[in-house]
Amino acid sequence: MITGIPQSRAFKWSYRAYVTLFFIYLALPLATVCAFAFNDSVFPSLPWEGFTLDWFFGTDAPYIGVFHESPILRSLVTSGVVAFWVSVLAVFVGTCNAFLFVRHEFRGKAILYVLMLLPLIIPGIILGISILVFSSTVANFLEDATGLWFDRLRPGLILVVLGQFSFITTFATLVISARLQKFDPSLEEAALNLGATHWGAVRAVTLPFLYPAMVAAGVVAVLMSFENFNTTLMLVGSDAPLTITMFDRLKLGSTPVLNAVSLLLIVVSALLGLASLLLQKRDD
Amino acid sequence: MATDRSKLAFWLLLAPCLIWLVTLIILPHVGMFLVSLREKVGVREYETSFANYAVFLNEPLYWNTFARTAYMSIAATILTLLIGFPISYYIAKLTRGRTKTTSFLMCLIPFWVSELVRTFGWMILLRETGVFSNFLQYLGLVNGPIEMLYNDAAIMTGLVYTSMLFMVVPLVTTLDSLDDSLIEAGYDLGASGFAILREIVIPHAMPGIVSGCIVVFMLSLGNYLTPILLGGKDSLWFTGLIYSQFITRFNWELGSAFGFLLLGLSSLIVFVGLKLTGQSLGKTMAQS
Amino acid sequence: MLTDVPDLQCRSISKSFDDFKAVKDVSFSVPQGTFFSILGPSGCGKTTLLRMIAGFQKPTSGDLLIKGKSVIDVPPNKRPVSMVFQHLALFPMMNIGANVGFGLRQRGVNRSDIEKQVTRVLERVGLAGVAERPISSLSGGQKQRVAIARCMVLEPDVLLLDEPLGALDLKLREHMKIELKQLQSEFNTTFVYITHDQSEALVMSEQIAVMNNGVFEQTGTAKELYYEPQTAFVAGFVGEANRFAATIKNRADSGLQMTTAQGQVLHGTDAVGGLAVGDMVNVFVRPEAVRLSRNAEGVSGLSNAGQGKVENVLFNGANSQLILRDQQSGAEMSVALPQTGEFRDLSRGDLIHFGWEHLQTRVYAATGDPHGH
Repeated sequence: MITGIPQSRAFKWSYRAYVTLFFIYLALPLATVCAFAFNDSVFPSLPWEGFTLDWFFGTDAPYIGVFHESPILRSLVTSGVVAFWVSVLAVFVGTCNAFLFVRHEFRGKAILYVLMLLPLIIPGIILGISILVFSSTVANFLEDATGLWFDRLRPGLILVVLGQFSFITTFATLVISARLQKFDPSLEEAALNLGATHWGAVRAVTLPFLYPAMVAAGVVAVLMSFENFNTTLMLVGSDAPLTITMFDRLKLGSTPVLNAVSLLLIVVSALLGLASLLLQKRDD
Repeated sequence: MATDRSKLAFWLLLAPCLIWLVTLIILPHVGMFLVSLREKVGVREYETSFANYAVFLNEPLYWNTFARTAYMSIAATILTLLIGFPISYYIAKLTRGRTKTTSFLMCLIPFWVSELVRTFGWMILLRETGVFSNFLQYLGLVNGPIEMLYNDAAIMTGLVYTSMLFMVVPLVTTLDSLDDSLIEAGYDLGASGFAILREIVIPHAMPGIVSGCIVVFMLSLGNYLTPILLGGKDSLWFTGLIYSQFITRFNWELGSAFGFLLLGLSSLIVFVGLKLTGQSLGKTMAQS
Repeated sequence: MLTDVPDLQCRSISKSFDDFKAVKDVSFSVPQGTFFSILGPSGCGKTTLLRMIAGFQKPTSGDLLIKGKSVIDVPPNKRPVSMVFQHLALFPMMNIGANVGFGLRQRGVNRSDIEKQVTRVLERVGLAGVAERPISSLSGGQKQRVAIARCMVLEPDVLLLDEPLGALDLKLREHMKIELKQLQSEFNTTFVYITHDQSEALVMSEQIAVMNNGVFEQTGTAKELYYEPQTAFVAGFVGEANRFAATIKNRADSGLQMTTAQGQVLHGTDAVGGLAVGDMVNVFVRPEAVRLSRNAEGVSGLSNAGQGKVENVLFNGANSQLILRDQQSGAEMSVALPQTGEFRDLSRGDLIHFGWEHLQTRVYAATGDPHGH
């Protein structure tokens, strides 16, 4: 922090006012979404008709709350299932990648590293269509060749999981590599020296050191999967995850039930996000 | 043999990485490129040609939308940088301890929330029956309800909002690593605040500025939700064209060509950005 | 050119942070062309004092004058002082020439004049022809010289140096001490140098202020501080000293007679005056003031004498020391080994006689903090 630079009072105050305005700008949309979840009106807009919890717990149309809205609950479960698989796959491959890039020297490593980063700079919608085109081509080819149906390569949850996994893995790799780089390899050597096998040493010493980063990467993966829209949009089949369901509702005109869902999402993702940060910060 | 075992370990580690990159990144993009070169000449009959790219060039709506998407994204990037830089400087250099952590976290939280929710928030604020319109009427500044949604300014607001974090995080990281004594030394040697900003702070923050701009530009270019939900009937976005070719018109050949053009533009900007500032992709991405 | 007006004057400068008083009512003045050091342990307030002179902190009260003019309301970028930072703060985003020319550019000097002046000042610090090279190509000592050149090209009235040698390794530090002193006399500019390293201060400075707990304990030349410390803190901080806590038993014209808690009788001199029988005191004896002898006769003429057992020989060339245990009181003494080699055969467990003059035994009233830190 710089204390030594004298600045005029006017400058200091206008700077502070600007920062305050900025944070209001950041908070305003989210705060608004949350506030209207409690408005006793069928539209998420003014005027304010009074406070209600119906958009959470209501059972009578049109006041059907989140917890009784089966399409939303169903897509919530779908999102959960997708997020779970994406997170498991991404953490597994991310951990392998971390060991590969931190511990091994091989020809073409630099190229492979750039390839590994590529998913970050490919727009999500392009990732989606390229996977869609490729899987359909493969499915067509297989169906022509065998005469069987390969519905799993058609738009649906499997493609959604693969599409999200394709770029979330890069984030998982970066988070886990960062921690593995901080690991002191002499600890593993000490374990080997004490008679552990190679795999035993990794399992007993290195993996426990990596656990916080792996959990953090898993949490980040769940968050990114839950909120992903672009890639999912191109690959989704009949079972829609939450973001897609909400998008369809929004296009048709919304009721405050969407605000209620959003409020829950905001709370859960803020908590998960904080948890992942704490995990990454620990013993830094 | 230990070397045999470590070779085996190496291949076991390499396999998942290769499977992931080859089947989900490389082959799909090669496939998409090949599809974009197909011209439909009959039922399930195709020829290799640049016909789809010719369609793009011959239809003003397509390339106008392409150009519009590009310059709107550039504008959003510049705007995000201009708004985000003073904030990042404030967080990195003018706060400390708990205040610093809190203000940094406050910048992060909107990112964790789904983009859909964020955009929804702006819709509630900006629409005719929305909060701003009502507030202005309440203040007596306007007579009737005003529509602030469905125009380019609304798109810009949404894009900047969605991208802000990706600018602020790399900027705070690089500015944090700027030694305070360099700024003090500049002052001591007679520099004005502006000269220090230009000669010391900005050159130091350049890697962060570049990586922030690249990420924000890519996100804006590839954005779908914000232009669709906040933009008007004629504010087309290139991703919207791709979607309609694929899903509503089922013209995958043209859609793939569009996809490739968007990918090409985004890669070109990344490449030029990195070259101009002498950065490498690995280093830049590590920033963000 | 010497004038009557000192380059730098501080008048009752104080600085408080909330409840903590970092600098308390410090006054001093530095004549033109002086190498002035402020020596003190970390946390004594010397950095705060220096930052106030540079303009990075505003004194709570007091006045600061440079060449007779108050600069208290002048911001740092307008003050005729320049600062060499602790870690030098060379700009890594600019080459050496751009670093040195930075201040001139801010003044709006034209390009060709900047180039000329940069070349000249780099020559003066012995780094001709490096202007185009990046900062990272320099060694630690060269960086030091560039940092000084960057300030000197602006011809400041006062150059402030914030422990710039701290980051260097020992050997280079020894070398840079001499070099800094030479640069100072070559430029004939007033240097204000802060450090916690007494040897840096003693070697380079014409005037040294010893600072502790926000006040100047004593200001003087290196010799004055070493041979005539005015406070117990200075006696303990500058140079090495054996230290005893004792009570005055007798006061005569020839000196003081004291006893330690272990019953050892010491003879010494009242350093500042005003001590009386019964006072609790701290007694300081420098290791090199103690003489050694293989027989009792060799030290019998000295007012303090005893016999000790060698606990340890710390051989370090010209700075070798013996650690003795006084056989009578059990007190530990550190004694400089004479460089004649006369006692080179001493080893642990040997018995030896030792003694010192009461005139080299300085006695100060005991304050709350007998260790002086």
